Amino acid sequence: MKVHEYQAKEILRSRGVPVPRGQACFTVDEAVAAATELGGNRWVVKAQIHAGGRGKGGGVKVVDSLDEVRQAAEDMLGMMLITHQTSPEGQRVNRLLVEEGAEIARELYVGLVIDRSSQRVVVMVSSEGGTEIEEVAATNPEKIFKKFVDPKVGLTEAEAGEMMAHLNLDALQAAEGGRFLRLLFEAFWETDASLAEINPLVITADNRVIALDAKFNFDDNALFRHPDIVAMRDTDEEDPAELEASAVGLSYISLDGNIGCLVNGAGLAMATMDIIKLYGAEPANFLDVGGGATTDQVTEAFKIMLRNPDLKAILVNIFGGIMRCDVVAEGLVQAAEVVKLKIPLVVRLEGTNVERGREILEKSGLDMITATTMADAAEKVVAATGN
Amino acid sequence: MSILINKQSRVITQGITGKTGQFHTRNCLDYAEGKDCFVAGVTPGKGGQDFEGIPIFDSVAEARAETGADVSVIYVPPPFAAAAIDEAVAAGIQTVICITEGVPVKDMILTRDRMGESDAVLVGPNCPGVITPGEIKIGIMPGYIHTPGRIGVVSRSGTLTYEVVDQLTKLGMGQSSCVGIGGDPVNGLKHLDVMKMFNDDPDTDAVVMCGEIGGSDEEDCAEWISQHMNKPVAAFIAGVTAPPGKRMGHAGAIIAGGRGTAADKISALEAAGVTVTANPAEIGLAMRDAINKS
Repeated sequence: MKVHEYQAKEILRSRGVPVPRGQACFTVDEAVAAATELGGNRWVVKAQIHAGGRGKGGGVKVVDSLDEVRQAAEDMLGMMLITHQTSPEGQRVNRLLVEEGAEIARELYVGLVIDRSSQRVVVMVSSEGGTEIEEVAATNPEKIFKKFVDPKVGLTEAEAGEMMAHLNLDALQAAEGGRFLRLLFEAFWETDASLAEINPLVITADNRVIALDAKFNFDDNALFRHPDIVAMRDTDEEDPAELEASAVGLSYISLDGNIGCLVNGAGLAMATMDIIKLYGAEPANFLDVGGGATTDQVTEAFKIMLRNPDLKAILVNIFGGIMRCDVVAEGLVQAAEVVKLKIPLVVRLEGTNVERGREILEKSGLDMITATTMADAAEKVVAATGN
Repeated sequence: MSILINKQSRVITQGITGKTGQFHTRNCLDYAEGKDCFVAGVTPGKGGQDFEGIPIFDSVAEARAETGADVSVIYVPPPFAAAAIDEAVAAGIQTVICITEGVPVKDMILTRDRMGESDAVLVGPNCPGVITPGEIKIGIMPGYIHTPGRIGVVSRSGTLTYEVVDQLTKLGMGQSSCVGIGGDPVNGLKHLDVMKMFNDDPDTDAVVMCGEIGGSDEEDCAEWISQHMNKPVAAFIAGVTAPPGKRMGHAGAIIAGGRGTAADKISALEAAGVTVTANPAEIGLAMRDAINKS
């Protein structure tokens, strides 16, 4: 699960990690009031959307007067902010973060992720803050320093100090930075985070070390023990089709093509997308119905896919193991009737009770194309789209 | 022979009284020598009862002491699954197979750390299990699609493995053992570990490997294959069409920071001499080609 920058900063602040003073705002008046309350003569108005790259898209403004705060808030609230991580239409801005301005002396980078190979949390720091860290990783990997944290003891003072030593800081800054790093690791660990990125981590002119930006993702499997984080979920930031699907236990992801696919199992679902491409077309979605595929789920899956106006055909690929093909077939027939399916439907069933399943499909009288192998199914569904 | 499990294995089922545990235990009992292999169940508080004639114990330690079991399979709910693995390892179980899907990553980091130098082997979590066709099935795969033979199968996903096994069986290529290692980022055996076991197994002649986007396990395995593997390998990598940054069902199936793409994995495997097919309908054929070439 993802959260907004201001929510990530609330989590950090509550755990003693230094962040700029600031306030989340939902209206222009709130933004001006927040700036007034913060005081000073420089503020940063930041659009709150989950996607990265906000600055380049006009979602971050540094301003020097309350009038400018008002102007920036008016410009941003309601805008469709387009970044390299949003859809081409952009993401609507509904929330702002108004923060005190900071005198920046240095910009650093800190990132924490789960490392699969070492099976530990890896903490990364770099002196190249503010820029695209992926670019640094690709072009100057030696500028990124890593520590794989022993889960029994956490990030030690010595390890944090060693990391800071790579960043050309003075003694005071390094001590502050080390403390920051250890508190950040604790926040990551205690909240079951899966990713944390502080880019940039800044050293201010008066030697404070603060998180100027903050990005946190959390492990969905651990949300049951973090109701406070679940409460931060902003469904406006999520794809409506994906949301609807998850409500009925389907794993769905929208893609750009025009052939819908409904598959059981994530690996087989990806393989089905791949074979559609291999036969010259593009998948419209990833959809894993999991181990159930009840009539209700299949009906819901059809409805979600059919909301896509570009959809030309649907391919159903089910390898029935525990799930019996005859039950799946009955569900498919009912679902197709309920949604009054008008585009070609290609069904490939394999596995337990496949003969009875195919018989049910044939006898249904529905306009359905049956296929035997995955290749056969892909060929037929691509042909059905007229390609 | 085979890898990991065979008809001599004696198995404890942790979470045997839950709905999932009951359902799959019945299927496992019905497969091949299952009735002799599944010797105990564990559900805290239900010790002394039985399930389909299998005695239930309060703890793995008791179950092991009474039955001498060396393998355990775990169906307990996600919040308790890592603790169930810990319990099995502490009780001296040699092979622990965790089927449970949705285990928190942090729990697995701690459990893998506790396993440390222990020589216990973990398969999963979030996996279909392991089967040695004609002898024993431990997990949730449909037994009847398998046939005894000499091809090893290792895969990160469930139904895609069934697809591959089905193709192999229909082409007349039986399987020595099929191992579902699961799709989670922090887990037990990786492709590489299973590949080594198959390479050492005198009853395995060739191996099919199914990978998917995310992480670098397939690349690590490819590197080892190029140096040490002396049996033909065929592979398929799912997710060529998956866009970066979108998680495809499995917690590990995501292209992050430009790493873990299908293209990277395919080129690493091809460079290691593996026969890679881009067509998931032709994985069985790719295996036959790889054997014919060798």
